[in-house]
Amino acid sequence: MTSIIFRTATRYMFPPLLVFSVYVLLRGHHYPGGGFVGGLFAGSAFALYALAFSVADARKVLRADPRDVTAVGLALALLSGIPPLFSKEAFLTGTWWTLPLPAGGTLDIGTPLFFDIGVYFVVLGVLLTLVFTLGEEE
Amino acid sequence: MIFLPVLPIIIPLAGAVLCMLARRNIAVQKGLALITSVFILLTSLAIFAQTKDGTIAVMNVGSWQAPYGITLAIDMLSSVMLLLVGVLSVGVSVYACFDLDVTRMKFGFFPLMLILLMGVNGAFVTGDLFNLYVWFEVLLTASFILLALGGERAQLAGSIKYVTLNLLSSALFLAGIGILYGMAGTLNLAELAHLVKDGARGDLLTMVAVMFMMAFGIKAGMFPLYFWLPASYPTPPAAVTALFSGLLTKVGVYSMIRMFTLVFDTDPAFLHGLILVGAGLTMVSGVLAAAAQYEMRKILAVHIVSQIGYIVMGLGLFTELALTGTIFYLIHVIIVKTNLFLIAGAVNRLKGSYDLHKLGGLYKEKPGLSILFIISAMSLAGVPPLSGFFAKFTLILAGLRTESWLIVATALGVSLLTLYSMTKIWAYAFWKPAAEPLPDLNPMPKSKWFIFLLPMIGFTVITIALGVFAGPVFDYAADAAAQLMNPQGYIDAVLGGGM
Repeated sequence: MTSIIFRTATRYMFPPLLVFSVYVLLRGHHYPGGGFVGGLFAGSAFALYALAFSVADARKVLRADPRDVTAVGLALALLSGIPPLFSKEAFLTGTWWTLPLPAGGTLDIGTPLFFDIGVYFVVLGVLLTLVFTLGEEE
Repeated sequence: MIFLPVLPIIIPLAGAVLCMLARRNIAVQKGLALITSVFILLTSLAIFAQTKDGTIAVMNVGSWQAPYGITLAIDMLSSVMLLLVGVLSVGVSVYACFDLDVTRMKFGFFPLMLILLMGVNGAFVTGDLFNLYVWFEVLLTASFILLALGGERAQLAGSIKYVTLNLLSSALFLAGIGILYGMAGTLNLAELAHLVKDGARGDLLTMVAVMFMMAFGIKAGMFPLYFWLPASYPTPPAAVTALFSGLLTKVGVYSMIRMFTLVFDTDPAFLHGLILVGAGLTMVSGVLAAAAQYEMRKILAVHIVSQIGYIVMGLGLFTELALTGTIFYLIHVIIVKTNLFLIAGAVNRLKGSYDLHKLGGLYKEKPGLSILFIISAMSLAGVPPLSGFFAKFTLILAGLRTESWLIVATALGVSLLTLYSMTKIWAYAFWKPAAEPLPDLNPMPKSKWFIFLLPMIGFTVITIALGVFAGPVFDYAADAAAQLMNPQGYIDAVLGGGM
């Protein structure tokens, strides 16, 4: 697509879409959202980029091969199930760590977050594998 | 070892992820696939050791207690199925390393194979109906791609039938799950069984049971909706077909056994009677279709259908002895059938054809391969003292005890016709001189040829061992059947807390 409006809009839309995808991912812990939707947002950002410019450009922006992104996501989701095994809990049991923040207060980090991030990458990777393959075939 | 029940799922997934990351390097992928297969086998052995005395290994994933979370429960039937998956995955990955073309490996054969194994293992360990559906989807998606990988014309034609019918079956399965959930409010198998036994039953339950029967029947390749199987199975390379024939239909059969012993055992006269009729028709139609074929792979593929009939026959008779026969038959047929497909693949590799009219004289050229074939073929036909004889004998004995003369007569007749098909392959491909001498397409050095044959030798040895040590195998199958016939143990193990 060669429309200058579309290209310019994409250039402006791309960063907010990515930021928003992370917001949706993190929001998903308590509210609607999560890794799946977040991954779709991020994926659509790259798909938009591929449409406005070219698949090759989008690949350059993504840097990694989408199939590697999928694999990393799967690995992350899988690994998030491991920590509870050390405390003799069942696989995938939510395990939480409390980190003290330098500015006072604490931050709770748990395995569900890493599982969600894994889902985010899997969705992103699979979506882009499809979009890029279809885009390159024409 | 509290995390043992989840390992059959985690290990293939980890292997698949590593293979995906090593996408560019096929040698590394081969190594990873082999190592993963060995680990799958070792895990299944560990689980087997834990459950062989009748213990049911239970684990609540994410520590969500049953019936609220997803429960994994491994009884004796599940654990022997896991063991077979382990044995098969090692054999098939060795074979694939030698036989498969580089293009297919580049397109991700190994990660897909491991994902398929994850799906199969998941279906065997899960104690939750919806989770079973998910594993079915995992293994079907992987199998769709494996089937179509390579994109040959015949492959795509077969894949379309395969995909269409399997999606239909999944839709039925899902609809059945929906209705069952509406009725019972739970999808935990143990809880469902408990509620059904408490008397929460009615005509609707029988209807849902028939839906499940059809859904699993399609996936297992039962009469009347089995024609996707002979259309699609003979099209991909031998390694893929062997994997499919050994595992995919058997997951359907396993699920049917699970559901119709645990949950739908309320109306055996009707439901299991229906299964028995289906089993008889499956046997007959499978074996008759095979008699008309002159292509080695097609004959074997159509024979899968008739073998399914035997396995399901035991479930249809629904006595402890009959289920013992079913389990014995499952163990036997998974090994033998996979082996026959691998051998057929080896023949194709040598001569470039599966056509019985073109082939010939293999016994003179490759006596070793021929002996491997004849042992497996005779075992499939049920010639003593090989494994198939004892499996069939148990089933027929169970049929006689319940005075089901018709199914016994069918089983015996089909057995004879199986012998006919197997001797046909033997006579045409191995014994008669070739119409015109075919060149050896694949002159492997002797040592490499031997390693290539190792999986087939291994499977043949197992076939013989299953016959020689039929006693212990029978005892195990009998214990597993007793466990299935008394589902209270399963219900207590799952709902009684677990971990």
